Parts: sequence; structure tokens; C-alpha cells
Amino acid sequence: MNLRELEPGTAERKLGEPILAVDGISLAFGGVKALSDVSFDVREREVRAIIGPNGAGKSSMLNVINGVYRPQAGKISFRGEARAHMQPHRSAQLGIARTFQSLALFKGMSVLDNILAGRNLMMKRNLLWQALRIGPALTEEIAHRHRVEEIIDFLEIPHVRKTPVGRLPYGLQKRVDLGRALAAEPKVLLLDEPMAGMNVEEKQDMSRFILDVNEEFGTTIVLIEHDMGVVMDLSDRVVVLDYGRKIADGTPDEVRASQAVIDAYLGVKH
Amino acid sequence: MDALRRPSTIAFFALLAIAAVMPMVLGQAKFPQWLEVAIGGLLTGVLYSLVAIGLVLIFKASGVFNFAQGAMVLFAALTLVRLAEKMPLALAIVLTLLVMIAMAWVIERFVLRPLVNQEGIVLFMATLGVAYFLDGFGQAVWGSDIYTLHVGMPKEPKIILEGTFQGGVLVDMEDLVAAVIAAALVAALTLFFQKTATGRALRAVADDHQAAQSIGIPLNRIWVIVWSVAGLVALVAGIVWGSKLGVQFSLSQVALKALPVVILGGFTSIPGAIVGGLLIGLGEKLSEVYLGPFFGGGIEAWFAYVLALVFLLFRPEGLFGEKIIDRV
Amino acid sequence: MIYRETGQFKTTYASDQQLFPILQDRAFVIAALAFAFAVVPFIASDYMFRAILTPFLILSLAALGLNILVGYCGQVSLGTGGFMAVGAYAAYNLAVRVPQLDLLVVFVLAGLCAAAVGVLFGIPSLRIKGFYLAVATLAAQFFIDWAFARIQWFTNDTPSGSVSAPPLEILGYAIQGPQRKYLLVLAIVSVAALVARNLTRGAIGRSWMATRDMDVAAEVIGIRPLTAKLSAFAVSSFFVGISGALWAFVYLGSWEPLAFDVNRSFQLLFMVIIGGLGSILGSFLGAAFIVIMPLVLNQLPTMLGIPLSTAMISDIEFMVFGALIVFFLIVEPRGLARLWAIGKEKLRLWPFPH
Repeated sequence: MNLRELEPGTAERKLGEPILAVDGISLAFGGVKALSDVSFDVREREVRAIIGPNGAGKSSMLNVINGVYRPQAGKISFRGEARAHMQPHRSAQLGIARTFQSLALFKGMSVLDNILAGRNLMMKRNLLWQALRIGPALTEEIAHRHRVEEIIDFLEIPHVRKTPVGRLPYGLQKRVDLGRALAAEPKVLLLDEPMAGMNVEEKQDMSRFILDVNEEFGTTIVLIEHDMGVVMDLSDRVVVLDYGRKIADGTPDEVRASQAVIDAYLGVKH
Repeated sequence: MDALRRPSTIAFFALLAIAAVMPMVLGQAKFPQWLEVAIGGLLTGVLYSLVAIGLVLIFKASGVFNFAQGAMVLFAALTLVRLAEKMPLALAIVLTLLVMIAMAWVIERFVLRPLVNQEGIVLFMATLGVAYFLDGFGQAVWGSDIYTLHVGMPKEPKIILEGTFQGGVLVDMEDLVAAVIAAALVAALTLFFQKTATGRALRAVADDHQAAQSIGIPLNRIWVIVWSVAGLVALVAGIVWGSKLGVQFSLSQVALKALPVVILGGFTSIPGAIVGGLLIGLGEKLSEVYLGPFFGGGIEAWFAYVLALVFLLFRPEGLFGEKIIDRV
Repeated sequence: MIYRETGQFKTTYASDQQLFPILQDRAFVIAALAFAFAVVPFIASDYMFRAILTPFLILSLAALGLNILVGYCGQVSLGTGGFMAVGAYAAYNLAVRVPQLDLLVVFVLAGLCAAAVGVLFGIPSLRIKGFYLAVATLAAQFFIDWAFARIQWFTNDTPSGSVSAPPLEILGYAIQGPQRKYLLVLAIVSVAALVARNLTRGAIGRSWMATRDMDVAAEVIGIRPLTAKLSAFAVSSFFVGISGALWAFVYLGSWEPLAFDVNRSFQLLFMVIIGGLGSILGSFLGAAFIVIMPLVLNQLPTMLGIPLSTAMISDIEFMVFGALIVFFLIVEPRGLARLWAIGKEKLRLWPFPH
């Protein structure tokens, strides 16, 4: 049963036109083919899951969308503009944010600073103003602090805001990762295994956060997940990758019934 | 060695060759003099390579950039020259070797083991500390005068190819012998790595620490062995350099030059260390003699580093090193 | 009992983000500054000024600059001596060729020159990391050494290669004598420390630390490595350049390129490591340590009654530095600053054990 149907008073989410699309993406490292001719699109305000066995190329796909990896072939289209490859900071400027499988938090900084760093793009005051830290620079810093505190409240982590992230338990670190991505107020949020390593309660909390982000802010979500229950509950449509190729694309029910997907997960030789 | 076949490598060597022969093309120098300078440079390069090989060995096996290699060269040379004052040379060499092995053990136990999971930069700074410690320790124990090392190296330059060129070409015999020694050392090391079980273990460790540990290779002992071998290489370098320059403090500064050598050659490649050393030695000498006068001299002080810097911009992994891929 | 935060509630973000949020810290810093400015000039001896306080302050400024680059932004640099030299010679040339400029202006301009050179030699950091970068910065060091030794224009064609600073005068006041020099340096360094603290707390400081901790992730959230790294080089070299100018003009009086050679670079790196990477206080603690240690080592043998030659003392200095570097890296990689912070933590709990 889809989680959305259980929530009382949920606003009607209108799924929009495709906001993000990848077309014929191929990616190889030396001789290893990570992705072969993968194409799919993501509609605005949708929750799109990418699933597949280990090593299928899911993280690589997100890295391509983000600009961390450059594909050898194919195009990435965001809001109608097509590109052969993305630059990481450009993707941030365009409004794409992401979390990482292995966290990639700034271990030497506090929770507050990590999330504030996510807002660096929006800080306009230059070096000289920051050096004096008066007037406009101070106002700007405080204004952004307000927004970051809202995110911290939303993720229920105000009690650890000053703690260096390296010292936090794994579950809280995951929330900081999410908070940092949210700080940029993105249009598209790429989540790389946000539930990895969590117990049932933590997964319920994280699912709630993701749904809230999608419904309250209208953020489009692309999500890699291994937990099938989560995928079925949260997502509108699913893409299945195996050995770098797309083998299924449709609603959770359609994908669950697909023979190709069943074979892939059961390890049938092909 | 498919690195050699890469178009960028070929282009690089072509450019170098052109730059090297420019002085003759421009009429600044005649071939015999140019050959003298070139041979002198190549032979100095061999000496740089000797020190660089020690660096590469340690980096390959423990991932540590050993800034103290130069200090080790000086310390080995100091120990040898002072011991040789009191006993036959052969015995002094054996004792110095034992001292270097002891030093390897101490470094592994007190510096490497406590820092085993730290990042490369922390280990690098630790070797910086070791370098300073060794410099002070060596001079405190053995004194800070300039000592002459007599190991039986030929001291007179020889004139070769008198028949071909008028006046012949002047070659420093000592450098030539040093080159032969270096070649022998490399051959011995190659045999050691390829043919012995310990050598194989070292190569396994260089590839992947955890994997090597999981098949039962004792990491700590391997590191002691590697640092001992590096100590041996440092001793050979110390003998050769010390015989040439005299054993003095500036020896460890000279060894600083080994850093650009490994950058050029790639941190993980012994052939790279040799090629890098030759290139740096050759380039230094040629640029000092033929470019120097335009700049007021003294180019040798920075040429190697600037060359390494330029190289890093185009090929951060060096000529023969492995390409580094960042995985997220 | 004394060091407690109870009762100090912050009701605005502004008060939470101020320089010293805890009242006792504020009081301590104000007292320390008052002591340094108003009391020390009257009670310290000439020797204290010349041998300890003035060099400590100037080298703290250099260490501060280097800490921004290495500690906050994670870019290893062994070329700091060279950037100090740029500041020193730039100040010299400006003072000698444009004598109308006030010395403070000269110092700032010298800092800007050093910043420009810093950015230039920092460009490789966009492709090179870690110890590769360290070796590249050595190129900067040796090249700059050579440039100031060989290119006549820099030394105003002085035949001996050693140059002297003109008499110091700021805003009409002659700066002569150890007290005035000390106060001048103290004022400059205090301002610099405040500016550095503001920068490291702000957006640019966060971009530095993000680049240091995980540059790929930083890029993904929109922090361009180019801007972060080059700004770190620029700000760092600005401070280092001014410290070089101060070292030359105020401390040395007359100097030659050797004063800023690779050994100076190592000395500054040691200050930053021992003091604490990524800490403003650490830069000061490290500088204090490195300035005082040789003096202590010099006195110790005589105090203990063991006669040692100067050469031996200098050798022991090397050994102690080397051993301490390794010690700090093993035991407390965050240096003296961390030990200070631990001390404060214990003080907060005192008299309770935990």
C-alpha cells in the first residue's frame, strides 16, 4: 500500500513535465563499462527510484547527473537545456543537490557549519565585507542562519547543532547529509541510499522526511534504494538497472511484475 | 611499458630532445663540449636517481612519502665515514648497514605504527620530523665537520674519444663508476622483487595493504624490511655522493632534489625514478651552462623544481606513475 | 566553579555567533589585550622585546597566514619563506622608490604583492594535491630565493645583495626603540587576528574547510575549488607578506634573501603543526613555542651545570623539534590548541572530575 494514500489531508500532487532527462548515457572507466546507453526521464515533483543489484551503476548514474563523472556518450537535460556533461558546481547552481552513499560530510566542521556550507552559493557578500563582519555581511550571515535552523528543526537535530559531525552516530550523520542538500533549496534532490545502515525506526523517520520534502516544497526526488519496501511505498516510478543497462522502467507494480527484473535479482544468467 | 607509447610521452621526449640540442643548433656550442656537459649532467642524474629509488621503494610499499630519505643518506654516509676511521672499510660498511636496519626498526615501531591509519599528509609531516631529528642526531653523535670518504673511487677525470673528436671528451671517472654501481643496484633490486618470496610480498603490500594483511602478510615486518632496503639504498647513495662531495650537512639538501625526480618519474615506478633522475640531471646541467648566462647564473637551484611543477600541471601522475581516479 | 556557562542564554543568532560567546572568555581576552597594550610596555625589558615578544608576534602573523592555507584549506605549502621575502622586498622597493607613502600603506601594498604572487604559485593547486603540492611550492621557494638574489632591480642594485630598511615612521610618529616597535607589531597582529577570525567563521572560511575535508562534495554543493583554493592562497600570502615586511623592517633592520629561505618555511610549518592546524590560537601557541624553545635550550645546560657547545645545542634543537613533530602528530594531531581546549573543558567541570 502506498504511504501517500494513508496520509490524511495530503495535497493533490500534480506531477509536472519532465524536469530532468538522461539520454543514451554511456560511462566507462578504462575497460569497465559502468553504464551502457541508459535513458530515462524524471517528472517534476515526482519521486523516482533507481534500483538494481550491486554494481549495476546506480551511483554512477547519479554522479553523471551531478557532473562528478563525465559520460563518454549521451546527454543530460535539465529544464529543457541539454548538455553533453555537467559540471558539479554548475549542477548546484541549477538547483540539483544530492546526498552521498558514503556520507562525504565535512568531518572537521559542526552540524551547523556543514549545513551553512550548503548555502554558500547564496552568500553574496565578498571577502572584504566578510573580513569586517559588520553590516551587510553580518545581516546575510544571520538571515541564512535562520533558514538553516529551520532545516535543523525539520530534521529534528537541534540538540547536536554545534557538535562536530565526525562525532555523531551514523543515523544523525545521514540527516546532516540530507540537511546540507536541503540547504540549497534544490529543485531536484538526488538521494544515494539514504536508508543504508538504518534500523526500522530510523527508516520510518527518513521516509517521513523525504515525503515531507517532496510534498511541502515540491522538490523532485531521485532515489537509489535497496529496501524494496521503501521503494514501493515512496516512489511514483522506478528505473531498474543491471550491469549498467536499463532493464525496466515504470510504476512500482509494473516493475515488480517484470520478468527481467526478477531474473536480474535472482541472478539468472543472461 | 605502454606508458612509453602514449602520444603525450612521446611528444614530451621529442620536445626535450629538441630543447637539449638547441645550443648546438644555435651555434652556441660545439658537439664535444656539449657532449661533456650532457654526460656530466646524465651522471649527476644517476646520483639523483639513487636517492629517488629509496623514495619510490618506501612509497610503493607503505604509501608514505619519505621526506627523510635525504637525511638517511647523510646519516648513512656520516656513520660510515666515522666508523671507517677506526676499522677496515668493509667492516664499517657492514656495521653501517646494521645501523640502518636498526633505524628502520625504530622508525617503524615509533613513527609508522602509531600513525598507521592517518592520511598521507600526516605521515609526510611525520617524516619531516624524522628528517629533522636525524639531521640533529647524526651531527650530535658524529660531529659536523666535512669528512672525506675514501672508498677507492677514481679521482682523475679521463679523456675519451680522442680519436673521434679533437681534444677528446672529458669524463669524470668517479661519476661513471657511480653509474655502474647504480645500475648494479637496480638490477639487484629488480631480481629481489621479482624472484624472491619477500619481494612478492612487498609488491602485494604495495598494491593493497588490507588485502595483503588478509592473506597473512605481516605488515609491520614488511615495513621494517622496506625501510631497511631503503636504508641500504641510502647507504649506497651516501657512499657515492659522499665520496664525490665530501660528507657534510649540505648532502641532505642535495637529496631534496630527489623530490622533483620522483614527481617526473611517477611515485610508484623505479624505472621512472631512473628516467626522472637522468632527465633532471641532464636538464639542470644543460640549462645552467647554456641558459644560465642570460639569467645571471644559479638556475640549478630551481630548475628541477620548476620542471617538476610544469610536469605536474600536465601529468600529475608522472611519466610512469598510475593514474589517480577519485571515486565518490 | 568560575568557568560556567550557566545563566548565559543567547536570545539572538547575533549573540550566539559573536566572537567570544562565553562571558569568561570575553573577559579573559579583553584582560589579556589590555595587559599586552597597557602594562607590558612598562614592565618588559629591552631583551624581552627584542628577543621574544617582537619576533613572536611577527612570526605568529606568518603562522596565522600559513595556518589558513594548510590548516583551514588543507593545501600544504613549503614556500612560505618565499612569500615572506616577497612582502619584505616589495615593502623595501615601495619605501625606497615612493618615499611619500606612509609605512602602513607600504605594508598593506606589500601584502597585496605577496597575495598576487601567492595566487600565481597557487594555481597548480587546482590540479595537484597533498605532497605533490608541497614539492610544487618548493619550486616557488627556490625560484623566489634566486630572483631576489640575482635580479638587481629588486635590491635597488646594492652590490652586496643585502638591503636596509629606511627609518620607521608611521603617521608622523617615529617608531624607534623596542617599546614602540612592539606596540606597532602588536596593533597590526591584533587587527590581523580579528580579520582572520572573521574570515574563518564566515562563508569563505566554510568554503576553505569544505575543500579541505572533501573537495568533491564541496564542489557538488556549489563551492568552486578554484575560488576556495586561490582565495586561501591570496589571504594566506597577504598575511605572510605583511609579516615578511615587518620581519625585515621592524625586527631585522637589514637583511638578505637567506633570511627567508627554505628553513624559514619549515620553521613556520612546524609552528602550525605543533600549535594546531585549523586554529587561530594554535598559530600563536606554535609561534610562542618555537621562539621560546631555542632560548630555553640555550639556558638549560648552564642551569643544569652541563656545558655544551653551541653546535651541540643547535643539534639538540633539531632533534627536539623533529621528535616533537612526531610526538604531536601521534598524540595530539590538533596540537597545543587542542590541549588548551581540553584544559578549558576540565576547567568548566572543576572542581568536579567529570
